[in-house]
Amino acid sequence: MTAKLPTDQPVRSAGPRAVRSPGGMSLRVDRRAVSVAVLLTASAFVLAVLLIGTGDFPIAPWDVVRTVLGNGSPADDFIVNDLRMPRVLVALLVGAALGMSGAVFQSVSRNPLGSPDLLGFGYGSAVGALVVIILFNGSAGAVAVGALVGGLLAGIAVYLLAYKKGIQGYRLVLVGIGASAVLVAVIQYLITKAQLVEASRALVWLTGSLAGRDWAQVWPLLAVCAVLFPVILGHGRALRMMEMGDDAAYALGVPVERTRLLLMLAAILLTTAASAAAGPISFIALAAPQLARRLTRSPGGNLLTAGLMGSVLLLVSDWASQRAFGADQLPVGVVTGLVGGVYLLWLLVTERKAGRI
Amino acid sequence: MQRLTAENVTLGYDQRVIAENLSVEIPDHSFTVIVGPNACGKSTLLRALSRMLKPSAGRVLLDGQAIGSMPAKKVAKTLGLLPQSSIAPDGITVADLVARGRYPHQGLLRQWSPEDERIVVESMTSTGVAELADRSVDELSGGQRQRVWIAMALAQQTPLLLLDEPTTFLDIQHQLDVLDLCAELHENQGRTLVAVLHDLNHAARYATYLIAMRAGEVVAEGPPAEVVTAELVERVFGLNCQVIDDPATGTPLVIPAARRARTKARAAATAVQGLDGLWGPGSQGAAAGLRAGS
Repeated sequence: MTAKLPTDQPVRSAGPRAVRSPGGMSLRVDRRAVSVAVLLTASAFVLAVLLIGTGDFPIAPWDVVRTVLGNGSPADDFIVNDLRMPRVLVALLVGAALGMSGAVFQSVSRNPLGSPDLLGFGYGSAVGALVVIILFNGSAGAVAVGALVGGLLAGIAVYLLAYKKGIQGYRLVLVGIGASAVLVAVIQYLITKAQLVEASRALVWLTGSLAGRDWAQVWPLLAVCAVLFPVILGHGRALRMMEMGDDAAYALGVPVERTRLLLMLAAILLTTAASAAAGPISFIALAAPQLARRLTRSPGGNLLTAGLMGSVLLLVSDWASQRAFGADQLPVGVVTGLVGGVYLLWLLVTERKAGRI
Repeated sequence: MQRLTAENVTLGYDQRVIAENLSVEIPDHSFTVIVGPNACGKSTLLRALSRMLKPSAGRVLLDGQAIGSMPAKKVAKTLGLLPQSSIAPDGITVADLVARGRYPHQGLLRQWSPEDERIVVESMTSTGVAELADRSVDELSGGQRQRVWIAMALAQQTPLLLLDEPTTFLDIQHQLDVLDLCAELHENQGRTLVAVLHDLNHAARYATYLIAMRAGEVVAEGPPAEVVTAELVERVFGLNCQVIDDPATGTPLVIPAARRARTKARAAATAVQGLDGLWGPGSQGAAAGLRAGS
C-alpha cells in the first residue's frame, strides 16, 4: 500500500479491543460483551444457589454454598447434592443449549423467527418421545432416546426439504412451520390412541418439566454440551461473516455450505439433547439470542451471551414457578410458554413495524 | 501466463448453459472491465473467476492452480470479491465492517494483530471513509456505503480484486466517484482489478483492458481505444451508433444513433445535447430497466 498516514492513530474510540500476548497471539474482545457475560454468569450462579435453597425444606444460601463445598450436614447434603443439584444443573445446561442453538439458527436463517421452537425440531422430539411412551410404554431413558432420535430426524428432514442450492432463511422458516403442522397432527393422533395413564404421562412430557431430574439426566447432557459448545463457539467468527451474505462470506474464505451444515447439525443435536432431558421447553431458544443482542448491542450471533442468557432465563422461570405455585406444582414449560407467547407477539409487532415481515 | 485465467470453461446454472468453451486471461496489473448486453454471461464469468460458480467443464486457474481445489482461505488472501449484494449486519460500525475484511488473515488465536489495525486504517483512508469510522453503516448514503464495502475488500489485501457491478443502484455522481476510486486503487496500489459494468462509456473511460461479451462468447478484447468501434458496438449490443473521442478524456465515446422519430423532431440537436442524454438520468433508467428484466 502506498497510502501514507499516521498508523499510530487509533482506529476508533469505542468497541472491540485487542488483547495481545508477546507470542503473537491476539484476541478481539468487546468490553461491553465481556461485562454482559460476566454479569450473566454471576446471575446464573446466584439463581442456582437460590433455586437449590427453594422447596419444601428451604435452605439458606450460605448453607447451600457450604454444602456444595462438602461441609454441610448429612440431611442438607442429601437434599442439596442428590435431590436439587441435578435439577439445577439440568436447567443450566438445557437453558444454555437452547440459547446457543437458537442463536445459531437465527443467525443462519437471518431471521429472528428462525428458532428451533418454530422449525419443528421440538415437535420431532415430542413425536419420538410419545411413540416410546404410548406405543412401547418405555422407561424414562428410552423416552429420552426417542426424543433424541425424533428431533434429529425432524431436523435433518427440514434441512433437506429447505435445501435448494444452499439454505435460505425464509425457506427454512416456512418449511419448518409446515413440518411443525404435520408433526403436531401426529402428536394429536398418538394421544387419541393412548390409554389414560400413558396419555397423562405424555402430556406431562409435552409441557416440559425439570421436576425429578437426577444425575442420570445430567451426565449425558453434560457430555453433549462439552463437545458441542466449543464446536459452535469455534465457528462463531465464520458465522459472523456469513451474516453479510453467502457471497461476501465466501469471498472472505469461509467455506459457507460446510460451515452452515456443521453448525446446524450441532444446534439440532443441542436442541434435541435439551428436549430429551427436560421435554420441549419453549421460548428460551427464541428469546435468549434477541435479549443477548440487545444487551451487548453488538451485531451478530452473540453465541456465548445467548447461551448464558438461556441459562438465566430458564433458572428464573423455574424459580418463579416454584415460588408462585410451590415445588413441582407447575411445570417450568408452562411458565416459559406463557412468557414466550407474549414475547412472540411483541416480536411480530416490532418486526412488522420495522417492515421486515 | 497471467495470474488469473479461465481455460475452456463451460458455465451455467442447473441445466441451463450460459457459456461454453470460454477462455479468458486477465492481464496482470490491468483494470479489466467486462461489458456486454444483459444475459451475455459477464456476471457469470466473474462468478466463475471468483470461484463462486464451479465450471461444469474446464477450469479457472489462479497462479497456475485450479481455484476450486485450493483452500478457501488461501484463495481469499490472493483474490478478493465485491459481490453485487451484501448485507451489513444491523447497527455495525464502519470500522467493524471494514475490519471483517481481515478475516482470511486471522485465526482463532490471532484475531487482531497490530498489522490488522494498520491495514484497516489504511483501507478506510484510501477510500475516504476514515471520518465515518464510528458511524453506523445503516446511516450512510448509498455512495458512502459502497465505499465502505470497497474498503472492506481492500482490507483483505489481495493483489487481485473482482467487482460485480459496483456502480449499480448509485446515482451518476457516485457511479463516477466509485470508478474514480477504482482507477486510483489500480494506479497507486498496483492491484489487478476486474469489474463488470453496464455502461459501455464508463468502461471505455476507465478500463485499461476491455472484454466484450455476447451470448456467452468473448467478441473482442484489448485496450478500449482499439476495441471500441461503431462496428463492435453494433455486433455486441445491436446498437447503431457512432464512436467519437471523449472530449474530457480522449477515450472512445459511444453516441447511439437517434431513432427516426426523434431525428425529425430534433433535427437541430447538437452533439452536446446527445451527450447529456447519454450521461444523464436516461442512461440510469435504462440500466434499472435492464436490471429489473434480469
